[in-house]
Amino acid sequence: MTAITKNTFSSLTPAQFAAIGNEFDAIRNRMRADLGERDAKYIRTMIKRQRQFEVAGRVMMMIPPVWPAGVAALSVSKILDNMEIGHNVMHGQYDWMGDPSLNSKNFEWDSADTSKNWKITHNYEHHTYTNVLNKDHDIGYGLLRMSTDQKWEPRFLANLPLTVLLHTFFQHFVAVQNLKLEEVMIYKTKTPAQLKEEFKPVWKKMRKQLAKDYVLFPLLAGPMAPMVFAGNVLANLARNVWACAVIFNGHFPEDVEQFPESVIENETRGQWYVRQLLGSANFSGGKLMHIMSGNLSFQIEHHLFPDIPAHRYAEIAPEVRAICDKHGLPYKTGSFASQTLSTWKRIAKLSLPSGKSGKVSPRMANEKAATPMALAA
Amino acid sequence: MSTTAPRTHFFSTGLRRALSSRIAATLAYPHGVDRYVEHFAPTFSLNEVRAVVTAIRYQTDDSVTMTLRPNGNWQGFRAGQYVRLTVEINGVRRTRCYSPANSVHATDGLIELTAKAHAGGFVSKHLQQDLQVGTTVGLSQAEGSFALPETRPSRVLLISGGSGITPVMAMLRTLCDEGHAGQITFLHYSNAAKDQIYAAELAEIAAKHSNVQLLRGYVEADQGGELSGLFGRAHLNDAVPDYAEAQTFLCGPPGMMKAVQQLWADEGIAGRLHLEHFSAAPVVIDSANAEGEVRFTRSERLAKNNGGSLLDQAEAAGLKPESGCRMGICHACTCRKTAGRVRDTRTGEISDAGESDIQICISVPVGTVTLDL
Ligand SMILES: Cc1cc2nc3c(=O)[nH]c(=O)nc-3n(C[C@H](O)[C@H](O)[C@H](O)COP(=O)(O)OP(=O)(O)OC[C@H]3O[C@@H](n4cnc5c(N)ncnc54)[C@H](O)[C@@H]3O)c2cc1C
Ligand code: FES
Repeated sequence: MTAITKNTFSSLTPAQFAAIGNEFDAIRNRMRADLGERDAKYIRTMIKRQRQFEVAGRVMMMIPPVWPAGVAALSVSKILDNMEIGHNVMHGQYDWMGDPSLNSKNFEWDSADTSKNWKITHNYEHHTYTNVLNKDHDIGYGLLRMSTDQKWEPRFLANLPLTVLLHTFFQHFVAVQNLKLEEVMIYKTKTPAQLKEEFKPVWKKMRKQLAKDYVLFPLLAGPMAPMVFAGNVLANLARNVWACAVIFNGHFPEDVEQFPESVIENETRGQWYVRQLLGSANFSGGKLMHIMSGNLSFQIEHHLFPDIPAHRYAEIAPEVRAICDKHGLPYKTGSFASQTLSTWKRIAKLSLPSGKSGKVSPRMANEKAATPMALAA
Repeated sequence: MSTTAPRTHFFSTGLRRALSSRIAATLAYPHGVDRYVEHFAPTFSLNEVRAVVTAIRYQTDDSVTMTLRPNGNWQGFRAGQYVRLTVEINGVRRTRCYSPANSVHATDGLIELTAKAHAGGFVSKHLQQDLQVGTTVGLSQAEGSFALPETRPSRVLLISGGSGITPVMAMLRTLCDEGHAGQITFLHYSNAAKDQIYAAELAEIAAKHSNVQLLRGYVEADQGGELSGLFGRAHLNDAVPDYAEAQTFLCGPPGMMKAVQQLWADEGIAGRLHLEHFSAAPVVIDSANAEGEVRFTRSERLAKNNGGSLLDQAEAAGLKPESGCRMGICHACTCRKTAGRVRDTRTGEISDAGESDIQICISVPVGTVTLDL
């Protein structure tokens, strides 16, 4: 290989974008053609394990000496259900199987959020407009300031405590994310009546989830009801904190880039790929870490190939890295701890007004996009 | 059924009632009771029809006969109807239609399907080569209007060719089980004696029932059939002179069916001819030229295929299908294709013609396509 020149989003030529697009497309097509029995077996085994953990966890919670094991098992079950199974199935990673129970259209997960709303905010908005300001609602969830290009407001002084709150009640935040509460509470672009209507299906789902975890299973436990109630609180909390941490690590470490809206005008396939690449970060870990994070530890691969079964990302990663090296593009990764630290540092810094904040001028859009924004602060 | 049946029955209906209760549904929310129970009992389902393969035999070199035990959701069939059988091949579910060939009065509760293994046939070849006893398969309830009428016609003529024998075999076996008094003629065509499915059963039935007339026609010479060569008026005049009085049920290869239909139409007795097609006319795949039409079944609309993506075409037809990215990422536009082939605009790959879920924003119809939209 020749000497590697460092490239940025704005330094790449159209020909380079096209080449990168073709190289990623080739990986994607090869993977899709290879899908089969192995992938079907993988996801079904994962589901079987999740069911085993769930049933074992719920039973053990009713038996005092093994209560802690019960809480642990149900936490694992909920994490598997939401991440390696729910998130991935709802991405359509297993649609090709033609199995209605593994189809993105039908799948519902063990979370307060309705699959329908989640697929809009996540599959469509977040994955299509990844890290594009004002388009990707996952940038701060309408709650936090995650970029210098978000104008500072006094409410952002609470960036840190709000992040803690977001981790704690993650499933419920995600559930109301599609309602865009800030449009009612702060910007007044949505009426309370509209909000009420949109909340109906969400409340229906929440109610069922609450009834199951906090009424029916405790009742079933008779005298152990309070312990089962508490156990379910803890299992939900464990899943909330873990899921939120994994997701934050995927997009908010300090060197991950954000983009102004202008980049998506007439964006080519190659540019889309590069934006996904620059807007995501991985974290390293063992097999268990990858499974428990729904393979979102390979956030970069996931954003490049959102509908390829996630257990394949580990196989693709070396090739993706090679393409990055070849074109002088960064492949951002680090340990779970370092990525978490970096994310919290960014959140802390952005709670304060920064000198360089303000609008991205459209003409400067490309240059600006190429600079890691948080570091510019 | 054995003597333990009443007890098992009591237990299983009790369990079933518990599992279909609202409490069970809430406890198993959001996945549903089936998604837990199927890990112990793969054929169990509260609503879906599933079956286990209990026996497999090979009547001829290019066919397979499967015996299936359906779960309790199976509501039975009328002789002549078909089921949609779903099998998983290399991780992908494939659905094809097969007509049960057994009598509707069979007391063992089993379904018998016979599939001819077509040379390039994806599912039929799999059934013949790889299907194992003990496999769980998916079934639909029986469908189709090709069936014996509730009031049995007294004079019945059954005409079949090749694998088209299956639905009329069900009719013959059903009528015989009912002790049907009227005359039944079974006219069957195949290439050679060694290729004929249900040959032994047919001979046995004809020997046992004096009102059953069996006529076998072989295309190849010296096969020992009652008739030789392809279907023609001479066969009818010689062997079934009263064919015009009969209710006739026909199923076979396209060429043969056309010949029979023509004759019945010419004589003005088409009202007495009932038929079942196993295959549509083969589609010529020409992905460059937009041909055929797009059928939207749920909204009952039809549009001429203009070569654009199915999402664009659906919208142009005034429908509002769900969509998001319009570039194949989000799967918001996924929708069920019930028939026809589509080309993936990203890979150029052409789908098979069976039922499957497709992303309509990146699918272009190749010929006529039917969408559940
Ligand atoms: C109502 C109905 C009932 C049916 N009942 C039976 C039955 O009882 N037994 C049975 O064997 N089949 C039956 N069929 C046909 C069956 O559903 C499949 O079409 C057949 O098994 C071929 O599927 P495949 O996946 O193997 O072939 P595909 O992979 O779908 O097709 C591959 C090739 O085989 C050719 N081909 C497909 N079907 C046929 C056919 N029927 N005749 C000739 N060439 C064909 C195609 O032109 C193509 O070139 C029935 C069909 C219908 C619509
Ligand atoms: S609209 Fe997003 S995949 Fe079709």
